[in-house]
Amino acid sequence: MALLQISEPGQSPLPHARRTGLGIDLGTTHSLVAVVVDGAPRTLADESGDALLPSAVRYLAGGGVEVGRDVLRAAAADPLNALTSVKRLMGRGADDLAAQRALPAYEFSAGEGGMVLLHTAGGAKSPVEISAEILRTLARRAEQANGKKADGVVITVPAYFDDAQRQATRDAARIAGLPLLRLLNEPTAAALAYGLDSGAEGLIAVYDLGGGTFDISILQLKRGVFEVLATGGDSALGGDDFDHAIVEWLRAQAGDATPPDAATRRTLLDAARSAKQALSTAERVGIDVAAGGRRWRAELDRATFNGLIEPLVARTLRSCRRALRDAGVAVTAVDSVVLVGGSTRVPLVQSAVADLFGREPLTSIDPDRVVALGAAIQADILVGNQQDSDTLLLDVIPLALGLETMGGLMEKIIPRNTTLPVTRAQDFTTYKDGQTAMSIHVLQGERELVSECRSLGHFELRGIPPMVAGAARIRVTFQVDADGLLSVSAREQTRGVQAEIQVKPSYGLDENQIADMLRASMEHAEDDVEARALREQQVEADQLLEALGAALARDGERLLDDAERAALEAEMDTLRGLRDGDDRQALAEAFARLGQASEVFAQRRMDDSIRRALAGRRVGEVES
Amino acid sequence: MSEPRTHFSLFSLPETYQLDGEELRERYRALQHSLHPDRHSSADATHKRMALQYAAMVNDAYRVLRSPVERARYLLKLRGIEVELNVGNQLDPCFLMRQMELREALAEVHESDAPQQAIEALRRDIGEELREMEAVMASQFADGSAEKLRKAARLVQEMQFMTKLADEAEQIEARFQEA
Repeated sequence: MALLQISEPGQSPLPHARRTGLGIDLGTTHSLVAVVVDGAPRTLADESGDALLPSAVRYLAGGGVEVGRDVLRAAAADPLNALTSVKRLMGRGADDLAAQRALPAYEFSAGEGGMVLLHTAGGAKSPVEISAEILRTLARRAEQANGKKADGVVITVPAYFDDAQRQATRDAARIAGLPLLRLLNEPTAAALAYGLDSGAEGLIAVYDLGGGTFDISILQLKRGVFEVLATGGDSALGGDDFDHAIVEWLRAQAGDATPPDAATRRTLLDAARSAKQALSTAERVGIDVAAGGRRWRAELDRATFNGLIEPLVARTLRSCRRALRDAGVAVTAVDSVVLVGGSTRVPLVQSAVADLFGREPLTSIDPDRVVALGAAIQADILVGNQQDSDTLLLDVIPLALGLETMGGLMEKIIPRNTTLPVTRAQDFTTYKDGQTAMSIHVLQGERELVSECRSLGHFELRGIPPMVAGAARIRVTFQVDADGLLSVSAREQTRGVQAEIQVKPSYGLDENQIADMLRASMEHAEDDVEARALREQQVEADQLLEALGAALARDGERLLDDAERAALEAEMDTLRGLRDGDDRQALAEAFARLGQASEVFAQRRMDDSIRRALAGRRVGEVES
Repeated sequence: MSEPRTHFSLFSLPETYQLDGEELRERYRALQHSLHPDRHSSADATHKRMALQYAAMVNDAYRVLRSPVERARYLLKLRGIEVELNVGNQLDPCFLMRQMELREALAEVHESDAPQQAIEALRRDIGEELREMEAVMASQFADGSAEKLRKAARLVQEMQFMTKLADEAEQIEARFQEA
């Protein structure tokens, strides 16, 4: 809501203009919020001193919502309303949930947009809304600590998250009312926390084993630029699977053949987690728990535990080797290895990673907090607090993007590990005379068959000018931004007509659903939707006027002629004139017109940036 | 604004085939340092959108310039020669023979007594041949005559086949490592 300050890198901010940027690690088992204070990032704790908020949400029959530790305490007694590990369901459908072995047995159905809905005492809830509750709780905690609302938020996601999972995370931030600056990949955030900590340069491998996801990233750090060379992993493999393996072992020990009910299963999983944690320091641990009308007793030693999880750890090592190959680097070239995620406390994981890379991993920063700390640093930079920072994060797309073609095959448009942002165009034509519409099925994944890739959505193109079959040339442009989010646009080339695109996400929420959820979330507040929209539009107008004013003062004379400058200033005056009125429509139109009018100016400023970036490097210097 | 921008002019580089990879990378970092959307996070929406387009343009140019095959193809395109990829019918018979030999060797790796060493040796050979092809390519562009450019166009296709073979060899090696 607050005005964003305009100053380019290298210019010092005004003393009063210090802004608050939050880094949020929205995890499978727990979530954290961190902020930079006096130049150093630190996590924020709740009233009882806990920084880790369990990612657990409970919906009560009366309409109330609980988040965090209380939910875990109630979980065994009320397993269907106490929801955990919903991160595994972000951007996923009902069929995916059925395949998630390590999840509690929730009651669910397919939602309207394809994403799964969980049935609770408080009604049917999508994973997006449930995650928004966690975000709200963290934002409140930060607001109390900072004494003000955040100016911008960076939320981390597993590097391996596909577009649907990223869109879902972004939507959760919107529903929670948080100003999202960036989705940041967890391993990149961890590298940032360590990179700034040690000032190290070189090749970094980040091994991130969380509760529900595994990520490996290979980065090159040079002069503040963190360039991700390759990333890989498994978005359905984590410490939860270790717990699951222990439960299966426990059941086999007890000769239990019948699948346990939800409450029993939950109790057993809790006991398994405690045993796993104990085995990080102890050689053996006794398990003794009552559940499902019987008593479960066993002794688990570390060797047996290692045997149970060895296949899972081996899977992570295979991903590491693949990422190294993708990065085109030898394992011996890696300068430092960073461990992230609570599951890296497991001794077998640590020794397996050390063996693979031939060096001891760095563990000086708490593996549970390192991601949130890195996110806070990035948030602090993006809100404009670190004007002379050299830091830049260059991430990659984790999985190929492609289209469905004849015979159910996937044709890749953007290969995995392509540096973001990226734009690729593909030309299509019509196959019938007079055809004015066509449908494009966009997919993400590495396999050849459509059925083995994630379906992201169907893009319906309309408004193609009617021509004979094969005459139209429709250029479809796929753009993936720095957050890893896809957008698609289309234009008919021969007539220059912009085609209209309608997106039907396969496992997502459309704009109407998000608007409904926003309304529902505001019902308790005495906020009027229209008034809020007008206020937001006014703030946007202020931002634009302020930004353009500053840019004109700096570069206007140099980059624009008098007529261009006068035209731009006229549009600015129009917008300024509408700023304090209550005609939102007129304000929005003037806003859009000014945006368009400033395009040439923006372009010239970017061209100017190119010149300055390479100033001092002569043409031909590179010739050898 | 003025003359049309090429991948080379974007990086302030001369249009030559041979280039210093480390210097290219330095320039790439310098460009992203001033163009990337994160460096314009407090700018207005139009400016941010422009930053996104420019950063994507720099990424694309970097991808082409650092790939030996794509760079050659792009240089030929700038000189008016379009090279079709994935067409093998006009390839030199000697090259095709060599391809078949290498493919057979790749297929027989499994039967070797020491398959891991065999695949490693094969990969080294393929890498060596690719480097030789790059050197020839550089000299053809340095000459720049119509005849040499025609040869360069054929060499691009050959390099593409060889690169594909190198990828397959790498995948086979990966399978041995994981087994």
